[in-house]
Amino acid sequence: METTGKKKLQIALYWGAACGGCDVAVLDTNEFILDVAAIADIRMWPIATDGKYKDIEAMEDGELDLVLFNGAVRNSENEHVAKLLRRKARVMVAFGSCAHIGGIPGLANQVTKEEIFDRAYLNNPSIEPGNRTVPLPESHVEAGALEIPTAYKRVYKLDDIVPIDYYVPGCPPLPAQIKGVLLAVATGQLPARGSVVGAGHRTVCDDCRRTRHERKIKKFYRPWQIIQDPETCLLEQGIVCAGSATRSGCGVRCPNSNMPCRGCYGPAPNVKDQGAKIVSAVASIIDSKDPAEIDRILEDVPDIMGYAYRFGLPASMLQRRI
Amino acid sequence: MMSNGFEPKIVGFLCNWCSYTGADLAGTSRIKYATNLRVIRTMCSARIDPTFILKALLEGADGVLICGCHPGDCHYVEGNYKAMRRYPLLKRLLDAYGIENERVQLEWVSASEGRRFAEVVDRMTEQIKALGPCKVRTALAFDMAER
Ligand code: SF4
Ligand code: SF4
Repeated sequence: METTGKKKLQIALYWGAACGGCDVAVLDTNEFILDVAAIADIRMWPIATDGKYKDIEAMEDGELDLVLFNGAVRNSENEHVAKLLRRKARVMVAFGSCAHIGGIPGLANQVTKEEIFDRAYLNNPSIEPGNRTVPLPESHVEAGALEIPTAYKRVYKLDDIVPIDYYVPGCPPLPAQIKGVLLAVATGQLPARGSVVGAGHRTVCDDCRRTRHERKIKKFYRPWQIIQDPETCLLEQGIVCAGSATRSGCGVRCPNSNMPCRGCYGPAPNVKDQGAKIVSAVASIIDSKDPAEIDRILEDVPDIMGYAYRFGLPASMLQRRI
Repeated sequence: MMSNGFEPKIVGFLCNWCSYTGADLAGTSRIKYATNLRVIRTMCSARIDPTFILKALLEGADGVLICGCHPGDCHYVEGNYKAMRRYPLLKRLLDAYGIENERVQLEWVSASEGRRFAEVVDRMTEQIKALGPCKVRTALAFDMAER
């Protein structure tokens, strides 16, 4: 490598509050990952390689050419490492729905930290009654004080914490998006800072092959409650679909597999609040002019918050339950 | 009590053809009513995107009033039915956000109902005074200042 005179790209991949799926998606680029290894030094990637925080701390500022950060921020460690990597990175990418808009962990913004702790550690059918084993930020053992990260009161999307150069949406992003980002950095052909890369500029509906007919409905269904027509718009069949509010670029993966879009690519361009748009779309399909009947029909949409912001509650206008 | 001396800010989205004219009538008839409403005229209640309501709350409104023509009387025939269908779903969403029920209200007010318009504004103002200020703005500012 030295002989070519060209320095290898210095990259790091990191996860905050995430499920690991984004990291697996990077591995899903298959042999491409070997090309990455040929052109880049992976300085940290917790799921696949070694690399300690202190090694990152020892770096010059801006020493990393690219950081792909997946996951939301919901504890002090997530925040600390996000800030550390931001200092060291020339280009920092919010990678995947959680970093981009809060993701599935963002649904925790509907409840308090105390409620989560209660359910996870105290009052839960799989916990012995009376067991009070809870994680403490600091505990004292014979060898000294031990610390674990402090959980925050809510979940943040990554750019609430540090400025971000690019956003790659998706839960998880597609291998082609990942290749695109790496190649763009490698060749220096970067789009305007702040843009969403590896995605489209329309809505999922715009790309969807299913036919729409201005049909209205009297009943909503969960996907498993109905045998659907594969040619007709899912919403027109009473299945709540987020396509009209969601950014295109995924190839309409879910509706093409007979599942409604859940909105993982985040709000479409010019959509200020994904959930508000989903509320409009869902309401517009109701066939009734009677408030009592409308209310009855809506009984079949049990969790509008979950439909409206499955992946993006922290990026919504109101961000959390008040 | 927090609400002592508290004057809520209420944003009113009024449809041009019925409710805005009704509000006008309240004015020209010199009916006295609470001064807490800030009126935004829209061409139809169907134009009132749920985004507008969220934005009003985010920017400091303590309440939002949506007014349109009575069902059957829409200038555009069906527009107010769109509002009628959106409203209950939006309310469910707001409920999940922890926004109290009285903060966002939908009322049908015709062009001749100046008196009723005044009563709606008075009633809503009293309800929101009792609730106190909406916490959205301060809560989010706090989130960014302190984890
Ligand atoms: S609502 Fe869903 S199924 Fe219907 S057109 Fe849009 S993406 Fe396709
Ligand atoms: S259809 Fe919707 S949920 Fe499915 S991958 Fe595309 S954007 Fe994500």
